[in-house]
Amino acid sequence: MFCCIGEEHGIEKNFPDEEVDLAVLEPVLKEYRGIPGSLITVLQKAQDVYGYLPRRALYHIAREIGVKPAKVFGVATFYAQFRLKPVGKHLIMVCHGTACHVNGAELITSALCDELNIKDGETTADGLFTLQNVACLGCCSLAPVMMIDGEAYGKLTPDKARDVIRDIYRRETGK
Amino acid sequence: MKVVVGLGSCGIAAGGNKVLEAIQDEVRSRGISVDVQKAGCIGMCYLEPIIDVVDDEGNRTTYVRVTPEIVKEIFDNHIEKGKVLSEYTIAEDDRSYIDGQMRIALRNCGVIDPESIDEYIERDGYRALEKVLKEMTPEQVIEEMKISGLRGRGGAGFPTWFKWNAARSAQGSPKYVVCNADEGDPGAFMDRSVLEGDPHSVLEGMAIAGYAIGAEQGFIYVRAEYPLAIKRLEIAIEQARQKGFLGKDIMGAGFCFDVKIKAGAGAFVCGEETALIASLEGERGMPRLKPPFPAQKGYMGKPTNINNVETFANVPWIILKGGKAFAAIGTEKSKGTKVFALAGKVKKGGLVEVPMGLSLKDVIFKIGGGIKNDKKIKAVQLGGPSGGCIPESLLDTPVDYESIVKTGAIMGSGGMIVMDETTCMVDMARFFLDFTRKESCGKCTHCRLGTKRMLEILERICEGRGEESDLELLEELAVNVKGGSLCGLGQTAPNPVLTTLRYFRDEYEAHIKDKKCPAKQCKALIAYRIDAEKCRSCGLCARKCPVNTIRGSKGQPYEIIRENCTKCGTCLEVCRFGAVAVE
Repeated sequence: MFCCIGEEHGIEKNFPDEEVDLAVLEPVLKEYRGIPGSLITVLQKAQDVYGYLPRRALYHIAREIGVKPAKVFGVATFYAQFRLKPVGKHLIMVCHGTACHVNGAELITSALCDELNIKDGETTADGLFTLQNVACLGCCSLAPVMMIDGEAYGKLTPDKARDVIRDIYRRETGK
Repeated sequence: MKVVVGLGSCGIAAGGNKVLEAIQDEVRSRGISVDVQKAGCIGMCYLEPIIDVVDDEGNRTTYVRVTPEIVKEIFDNHIEKGKVLSEYTIAEDDRSYIDGQMRIALRNCGVIDPESIDEYIERDGYRALEKVLKEMTPEQVIEEMKISGLRGRGGAGFPTWFKWNAARSAQGSPKYVVCNADEGDPGAFMDRSVLEGDPHSVLEGMAIAGYAIGAEQGFIYVRAEYPLAIKRLEIAIEQARQKGFLGKDIMGAGFCFDVKIKAGAGAFVCGEETALIASLEGERGMPRLKPPFPAQKGYMGKPTNINNVETFANVPWIILKGGKAFAAIGTEKSKGTKVFALAGKVKKGGLVEVPMGLSLKDVIFKIGGGIKNDKKIKAVQLGGPSGGCIPESLLDTPVDYESIVKTGAIMGSGGMIVMDETTCMVDMARFFLDFTRKESCGKCTHCRLGTKRMLEILERICEGRGEESDLELLEELAVNVKGGSLCGLGQTAPNPVLTTLRYFRDEYEAHIKDKKCPAKQCKALIAYRIDAEKCRSCGLCARKCPVNTIRGSKGQPYEIIRENCTKCGTCLEVCRFGAVAVE
């Protein structure tokens, strides 16, 4: 899709346009169609279904619940929770709240970047890990903290953080 | 015999689930009858995982820093033979952590099983709701809140009764009660703890507010990053409905009230009332001009009362014990207690609830046990990205809304981050500006661009490229961002910069003039060096160095080749002989 001056839109240029099965969204749409103010909830459920928000699903949601695609994209890009790119099998969230910052969160992130050979926000080539710096996980007394797949790991050191990743990697690959 | 395991998010992060599994395994394999219960967070996060063993006479023994191995020993000795293992029990010294506090909002946290409504009811739960429904008019409820002097615990400290009264008098229906549980302030976690440890107190507080303002529907807007809090709230709401504390015709008094959970999607600005309402409506969370206040035009354009989690948790206590009892605690203008999330370089980090008016020093040293590794305290940060850094010289400041504001910080939601001499104050200011710059919703130009420009200046100072005129420029921008922003985020975003400039100007000047970081934190201004006298040539640093820039051989002191050093700090961390120095 091109805009009037012939350039591709940012969203369309930067995010993949993958074929997705839109039928799996139907139960969510059925529940919230016609309920005003439910766009965020619909997007959250859609993200649960796909693991991220595929471009085609956003257009589909816009059509189905009767709002403009601009609004759906607006909301989807406003909130930190929504991802427009697929994530790895394990999402690593490294807390960069105040307490973690003071206690060396930066060192944890750089150790993980080094271990996984990716930068903040990227996914490893094998699709196993996505690394994400987040604002605060609310476990400040255990700083520095990271959360992987909903489980929090506290009082980290760069080495401890590496070990956690290696453990998961071993479990996944048997290596 | 009963075993209670603390399973707040922090308890789980410290290994609480593994301890719970170990306990359940022991009970099963030994075939003994022991009641295993879950509780929320008692607030002593630094001692987690914590378990309580309660014998049949009701004697409670608290074990701290429990591991699955210790669980086995506890079963072998304490549970099977009645012999207390004093080496693992809580130290007398740590008891003062709890004894120095006054727990109102946290009265049930860590004490009851948050997934059991019966335990909440046993501790006078829902009796305050019964009292207002059967004995009080809505006006009397609001009057009681006025007597109590309770002020909003989310940050601004607006009198709660005033908001309730405004929503009650506002024209329009239906009306709504909203609980603001979008605790986005990095460094604050009391709302999470209350929701995880005592969700019913929040529901009861909301129902009382609903009765007072004439609302039948409540919303809890909670951060999606708090999955455990959401789960426990869902359980609590379902239980309250079953018992008839939520739903239609509550306690036969003809009052209807129900609560829905709305998960936020990760935007700090949604802690602001009008942005929160926009987000509840499914829009981008952008604030709008006030007035009209939410009490007049809120959710779906209807009168809406918004209070914070901790505020609601105080309400049942106030109704039961009376507004006067609450007003008897605290200072002239700040009544009751305040919960603080004590973290950073403090020995005993966790949640503390203290009477208003206690000094910062008492909170940090008497309750928090002082500074980690007995270093020197430099400052304490209050109020998160909207707050400021209070220097050591002002630690006698009492914690109440007015006194804190005088220092340039704000009470905020109660994050209290302690900083020692290794914390760089310029870097702290940079850290908070980085946060507000990312979280600015983009509506107001001054906030959107001003925070970005301020951040650029701070970054260049941290990188040793600061100029002398930068400080003036920072101050000018700070004033403009404050004045040119619509909501609290922009109006307070410059606070961390202004307070550090006010109290720690010498650190800024050291960065700019001497190109030195006194706290040795700013990477561009430091260098790592191995002290040849102390080096034992073990070679560990060289093996661990991610960029292989440490050279040496057995018998010779090692050396860092500076050109390639990324200053990651790994060598400093792994050296067991203290031979790595930063300069």
